[in-house]
Amino acid sequence: MSTPVSTAGTSGTSSGAGDGLLEVSGLMKYFPVTRGVIFRQKIGAVQAVDKVDFSVPAGQTLGLVGESGCGKTTTGRLLTRLLEPTGGRIMFEGRDITHLSMGKMRPLRRDIQMIFQDPYSSLNPRHTVGGIVGAPLRLQKVKTEKGIKATVQELLELVGLNPEHYNRYPHEFSGGQRQRIGIARTLALRPKLIVADEPVSALDVSIQAQVINLLEDLQSELGLTYVVIAHDLSVVRHISNQVAVMYLGKIVELAGRDQLYAKPRHPYTVALMSAVPVPQPVRVEGRRGRRERIRLVGDVPSPLNPPPACRFHTRCWKAQEVCRTQEPPLSELIPGHKVACHFPENT
Amino acid sequence: MPETLLEVRDLRIQFPTNDGLVKAVDGVSFSLDRGATLGIVGESGSGKSVTSLGIMGLHQGTNAQITGHIRLDGEELVGATPSRVRELRGSKMAMIFQDPLSAMHPYYTVGAQIAEAYLVHNEVDKKTARKHAVDMLGRVGIPQPAARVDDYPHQFSGGMRQRAMIAMALSCDPELLIADEPTTALDVTVQAQILDLIWDLQQEYHSAVIIITHDLGVVAELSDDILVMYAGRTAEYGKAEDVFDRPGHPYTWGLLASMPRIDEARLERLLPISGTPPSLIRVPSGCPFHPRCRYAGLTDGRSQTEVPNLREVEPGHLVACHLTADQRRAARAEQLLGDIGTPAVQTTQGDV
Amino acid sequence: MITFIIRRLIATVFLLIVVSIIVYAIFFLLPRLAGQNTYQLATQFVGRNPNRASVLAIEDKLGLNSPLYLQYGRFLKAIVFGTHYNSGTSTTYCPPPCFGYSFKSQQPVWPQMVSDIPVTLSLGIGAAILWLVGGVAIGVLSALRRGTFFDRFSMGVALLGVSLPIFFTGLILLELFSYKWPIFPNVQFVPLTQNPYLWARNLVLPWICLAFLYAALYARLTRAGMLETMSEDYIRTARAKGLRERKVIFKHGLRAAPTPIVTIFGMDLGLLLGGAIITEYTFSLHGLGLFTIEAVQNQDLPEILGVTMLAAFFIVVANLVVDILYAVVDPRVRT
Repeated sequence: MSTPVSTAGTSGTSSGAGDGLLEVSGLMKYFPVTRGVIFRQKIGAVQAVDKVDFSVPAGQTLGLVGESGCGKTTTGRLLTRLLEPTGGRIMFEGRDITHLSMGKMRPLRRDIQMIFQDPYSSLNPRHTVGGIVGAPLRLQKVKTEKGIKATVQELLELVGLNPEHYNRYPHEFSGGQRQRIGIARTLALRPKLIVADEPVSALDVSIQAQVINLLEDLQSELGLTYVVIAHDLSVVRHISNQVAVMYLGKIVELAGRDQLYAKPRHPYTVALMSAVPVPQPVRVEGRRGRRERIRLVGDVPSPLNPPPACRFHTRCWKAQEVCRTQEPPLSELIPGHKVACHFPENT
Repeated sequence: MPETLLEVRDLRIQFPTNDGLVKAVDGVSFSLDRGATLGIVGESGSGKSVTSLGIMGLHQGTNAQITGHIRLDGEELVGATPSRVRELRGSKMAMIFQDPLSAMHPYYTVGAQIAEAYLVHNEVDKKTARKHAVDMLGRVGIPQPAARVDDYPHQFSGGMRQRAMIAMALSCDPELLIADEPTTALDVTVQAQILDLIWDLQQEYHSAVIIITHDLGVVAELSDDILVMYAGRTAEYGKAEDVFDRPGHPYTWGLLASMPRIDEARLERLLPISGTPPSLIRVPSGCPFHPRCRYAGLTDGRSQTEVPNLREVEPGHLVACHLTADQRRAARAEQLLGDIGTPAVQTTQGDV
Repeated sequence: MITFIIRRLIATVFLLIVVSIIVYAIFFLLPRLAGQNTYQLATQFVGRNPNRASVLAIEDKLGLNSPLYLQYGRFLKAIVFGTHYNSGTSTTYCPPPCFGYSFKSQQPVWPQMVSDIPVTLSLGIGAAILWLVGGVAIGVLSALRRGTFFDRFSMGVALLGVSLPIFFTGLILLELFSYKWPIFPNVQFVPLTQNPYLWARNLVLPWICLAFLYAALYARLTRAGMLETMSEDYIRTARAKGLRERKVIFKHGLRAAPTPIVTIFGMDLGLLLGGAIITEYTFSLHGLGLFTIEAVQNQDLPEILGVTMLAAFFIVVANLVVDILYAVVDPRVRT
């Protein structure tokens, strides 16, 4: 199980038959909304994550992509059990961890770790770098062969930082270096699964590439499994084996990376990809021209009151009567490619 | 009416601090025609935002030292009286900022803030200003503007808020609109909508736009010309299609190569630019990019000692680099062909 | 907004009840737990010349032998509705709010407090206006002229104001302006209705004394709040619209600055209305503060109870007003 799997060159396969390191089925998280002067009654719920299924094989990367309010960040929090699922099941290494108590979760926290988005607020400014990276070892009372300091210095080197900077403070480092410190901290307990919540979006473009390369190197060196949450489709395409596109709490498309980006099938995915600005100017008769793209109308509906049946039908150019009345299930049209749509594109 | 609306010549903006002199902008020149769009590209510390604030005169009251020329429609702004520049702000030149939630006052309604922008420069009564605010909200595509004009900024979604900011900036029909990272905080589909809006409004109002961003995709969508800034200086300047098809500066190459793409074949490995952007107090000697440049070794040490001047590599396309035309061509070719291979100069792992 | 206010009102009532329970428990439960029995307590209630008969009579009259929760209920009822005290033959009626009878004077507590309330109110509200206007103005000016001599000087004086005890400032003021140079001779409280001029004139020194301390605090607070506000993005936007700097400061900057002040002001005024003890003592103004000192010195339980409940009432109400004001100032809170 712990043999590192090289991800270079693989086009990525979609969910296997329930043998992945991480198996999620029917995952739900509803946040209740209350109202009332004295006694607060529940009048509704924000359906942040609504019956999400996916499976991540060991050593591979699942990219969760979507816009604000789609539920991807909530899903990440559910996977690390920072939030309690309202329903569904999370299986890690074949074990049901959905409703484990805090006590039982603690040893598992060694295996499931998280990388956070903001390198400026996710490191305690009053702790030294050595203290930050060594904290997980101390908290989990890990016995190290050479002592905590030596282990921490090894980790710093692993992420490309100078081990001599053990006693420095976070403010002495740049954004990219701080993100590396965060990554070193995440690796301290040698986790098996890492959930990365927007790991590079707060970084400059040239630094993003460095950190992305670092994450890939670490994956092949240490056999890590990643769930990467991002809104940047280009980043997700680079780093993932499998990609899940989320909209209003549901997965609308789930496929291997190459399949998805070559032939996206869900209208939302198509619109999303066409909205990404491309670094190639369009010129019409020598003058600035406009790129052809699908323009979605309006804003994303509120997750408090998602549209019935297919949640995308209010903005979809192909919406028909059936889309308003029957919710399309996430079905596997082609092996390895699941779409939740009555009239998928590119078929 | 002359075509050139804005001309910036050798602009320098410096801030004396306790740690030393911060040379935020160190000799930048460009020009902008009416109705055209200039994209300024750079990362944090490149000086792009400081430049735009300098054009707007928003360094007034700080200890910024500004030299050089900024000519708006022939009128010199550097050294002009603060009250004159203030008159022009909002009326002839307007700006929209990155985060519309913090850029709008949380305690005043959106309508009041838009009306205020109009009232500053127009002698009208409050009723007219309010009606104008409703009109503007409708023009930027906010549904039910008459109802939403009395809402507070926090009651709008991110995209709608940015539209409201654009309405506020355009309320006096400015000839120059500066957009500082207008879509960075927004979702991809909303970003597309806002870029469309800027495009449409630009056609309608015939205003010149300066769009400042780190996103090369955004810049390609909207710009006629591109200015690439690095460490407060111009690295490359030219027409957008020239800069994208035949980029001349190693920094531009690095930016293009380090971006994961959605429209091209997937690279196995990204090619990041090694190192980090320099501090503006201790800008590297000679070419500011040389510590991170893979080709610095090819210039016989000039990169370390001599600041490169902007040279024309093709008509209208300027690059500040010591590489000769041949060296540049070879380096670019090698980059494009051998991008799976090893770089020309050994890069350090990670950053310093 | 209305639901917000209603909810806060209900919370306020609830809070007052909780406070009354705690106060009652402190004064009546704790001594019991410490071993005092009802006879000893009743003896205190009798006051002078306690003999067995009168003590027992008092015990009976005040119902001191009933279970504590019943006594508490009676206590609460007395505050809201007033109560009757049966002592065998005669029945005395104690109108609401009834806090019982003072040990020392055998008189109902409330009327004695009532006569002191105007003094404290005059002192508190007058000083409050002074420190609010003065402190905020200085704070704003210091923020705008940050680093200049004015800023440093005013913050230095503010530090002095915060550090000097009230009785020290008060005594110096009295010494200089009342005795040495008889500008404000004979500082004595004159009711507003009786002679407004004298009322104000006699209160000037205590006002200055009290306001000095608080103005210092508020100046520092306003300055910090103002500096933070002026560095916000929306200030830059206001300038980008071409607004005059004065308008930027007052319409945009100052509008956001009051929020921390509002919160603190409610608490400070509430506390002060419960009795500006030291100031009243220094200037011999017989307000609730002096009333409290005397009550404590005499260990007069009903009086202490009464003044504590009144102070608690002021603070809780002040908090309610502050919460509502906060929602008025900041639209984001009005959910």
